[in-house]
Amino acid sequence: MSTVHGSPRRRAVAVVAAAGALALVAGCGGGDESVTGGGKKDGKVTITMGMYGVMGFKETGLLEQYEKENPNVRIKAEVAGDEQTYYTALQTRLAGGKGLKDIQGIEIGRAKEIVDTQAAKFADFSDVKGTDHFLPWKQSQITTEDGKVLGLGTDIGPMAVCYRKDYFEKAGLPTDREEVAKLWEGDWSKYVEVGRTFKKDFKGGDVAYMDAASGLFNAMVYGYPEQYYNADGDLIYDKNPAVKQAWNLAADAAEDGLSAKLRQFQPGWDPGLANGTFATAVCPAWMLAHISEKAGEANKGKWDVAKAPKGANWGGSFFGVVDKSPVKEEAKKLVAWLTAPEQQAHIFKELGSVPSSQKALESPEVKSVKSEYFDNAPIGQIFGEAAQEIPDKQILGRKDGTIKDTFSQGLTLIEQQGTARDQAWKTTAERIEKAVG
Amino acid sequence: MATSTTKALTGGGRRGPSPEPGGENAGRRRGALLHRLDLKGAPYAFVAPFFVVFAAFSFYPLLYTSWISLHRVELATLDVMEWVAFDNYVALWNDERFWNALMNTVTIGVISTVPQLLMALGLAHLLNYRMRGSLFFRVASLVPYATSVGAAALVFTMLFERDFGMINWMLGLVGVDPVNWEADKWPAQLAISTIVIWRWTGYNALLYLAAMQAVPAERYEAAAIDGASRWKQFTHVTVPGIRSTIVFTIVLSTIGATQLFGEPLIFGQGPNGVTGGADNQYQTLGLLLYEEGWKNYQMGRSATVAWAMFLLLVLVFVTQRLITRLRSRSPRTS
Repeated sequence: MSTVHGSPRRRAVAVVAAAGALALVAGCGGGDESVTGGGKKDGKVTITMGMYGVMGFKETGLLEQYEKENPNVRIKAEVAGDEQTYYTALQTRLAGGKGLKDIQGIEIGRAKEIVDTQAAKFADFSDVKGTDHFLPWKQSQITTEDGKVLGLGTDIGPMAVCYRKDYFEKAGLPTDREEVAKLWEGDWSKYVEVGRTFKKDFKGGDVAYMDAASGLFNAMVYGYPEQYYNADGDLIYDKNPAVKQAWNLAADAAEDGLSAKLRQFQPGWDPGLANGTFATAVCPAWMLAHISEKAGEANKGKWDVAKAPKGANWGGSFFGVVDKSPVKEEAKKLVAWLTAPEQQAHIFKELGSVPSSQKALESPEVKSVKSEYFDNAPIGQIFGEAAQEIPDKQILGRKDGTIKDTFSQGLTLIEQQGTARDQAWKTTAERIEKAVG
Repeated sequence: MATSTTKALTGGGRRGPSPEPGGENAGRRRGALLHRLDLKGAPYAFVAPFFVVFAAFSFYPLLYTSWISLHRVELATLDVMEWVAFDNYVALWNDERFWNALMNTVTIGVISTVPQLLMALGLAHLLNYRMRGSLFFRVASLVPYATSVGAAALVFTMLFERDFGMINWMLGLVGVDPVNWEADKWPAQLAISTIVIWRWTGYNALLYLAAMQAVPAERYEAAAIDGASRWKQFTHVTVPGIRSTIVFTIVLSTIGATQLFGEPLIFGQGPNGVTGGADNQYQTLGLLLYEEGWKNYQMGRSATVAWAMFLLLVLVFVTQRLITRLRSRSPRTS
């Protein structure tokens, strides 16, 4: 009979093929291992971390140090290059409940969205002892209305102005950082006024006063307690005089041709730094590392740092612990250690990320830090003082990050496309309405 | 008895249900059933892997995307879906960004596809000549195709950089003012098209070359005897000879142009990449989909764009079929 059919082998293949097809589909369902990849085994604890950009914990050897001090702990850190990509992945993983790390970095622009929509998925830090050393506003940004603390602060972004001394000299402006700071003390419009002088008097080629109008806009907006949202979570960017004022001043600067029409952090900006196509940049503390790296050895000592007209905070992050983590307590302990004053001071010395810990800011260790690249500017003192000027309350909103980017593009419209400022504002407002959905 | 049963079973197995009443050997009966299943079922089992994978990774997502597009859903809370029926589609229809993106997709598509295919045709014609090192040139023309979009787009973005890019530097040598490649609409679209052209010309040229080599040499000889010049030979022998390949490349390029995404995303860099420039001057439909989904985190609206793109392709395909049918009918009637 088998010769008549001639098919046992074919039959077997068919069965295998069908089974394989089923297995493929079943495979998509996935198993159920540890949600975070962390866990305890044979007395060893594995903690996984998700970070982005240069947060400094891995780069300055703090994770290794913790492993050395706690031989039973192993830390697996994954660092994504860019925060936007990182956050998109984090959202997808929070929604799906898979692929999360025990410890997740949270950027300040996302903090409110996490607090509003994902609070249940993060562990509470309010019972962790010895975490009262932060700046008063920092921890409030990651605390829910009913007092659940979803994370601990890492760095902050106090503001200063970075400037090229050699260019200031060629424009007949003072070069000493104290005197430069006096030029625009107390008012951003004075900073723009200095720009007009610079443009008029600068002799020595094609150099713009500032890199981009959006930098100025951000610095101004971040100096106010209320920015794009009010405390009730309503969008107020179109009614907030602070936003309008920042917009108008940035538009003035753009229309007067004071900017190099660059886009910060995008290609063009880096060669601009290297070739010195602009004389100043509004710089949050974490930007110093970028400037010194991209402007390079050739420009060492030409850049300096002066106090900004007003205090503001641009950027900074938190660490949260995923509630489902099998090593929740160990992870919280690690976060508390990483964000402790000593470790924050260490990162500031190594990388220049300013501590969010009040105690660290006041330590002589931080205050005495000078930057060799920026002509020995006392950055510990400058940013330490700038940190104290940051408004004690800063209201964050769900879509702060997106709105910031949309405003930057709106200013690009004025700078590069020559759009009238009212039209650019209208376009920006329409885009924001779309973005907040 | 036994022999007759066997006959009935082996004969009936192929024709369908055997009319033989029960009471026979159960083992044989099972064997017959398996046999029948084998004949009828095996082909399905063999093609199953493809269709199961297709169903899981293409058909199901397609249906689920349409379901999502009828809701208001955010990426962070995919389980919270608010039914909005066709609101997303109406909003998209009334959204000038959609029409802008559609126009950009068309214009970038034309600027990139037409020169690309013409150049490929010329290149294939040259490669078709007997010459030294022809293998080298053939391989070389395929290298851009083997380069990843990311790498190619990144290098071109640096070449087209406004202040320190090589292209503006070269323009400067001949006295042309620097072009703001990213910020101005047509330069930006031209720059993006350049990346596409660079990547795909060689690939299309090789397709044409293969088709050209299948054109019988006798036709060229006959044309030469009739006194046709090289150019006449090209237009009257080569091009008609590879017509079907040309149609094939046009279809492929059109699909590719509709889905254009990676090149403008990388060309714009950062926020401008996602929105296709500060003024959306080079935002394609693919980028609009990405902006809605991964910048605004509105999955419902993003899915709507995806379906609009799909429907557009269907529309283009149907129109193309209609035109071909009309054209093939008209010569007969005249």
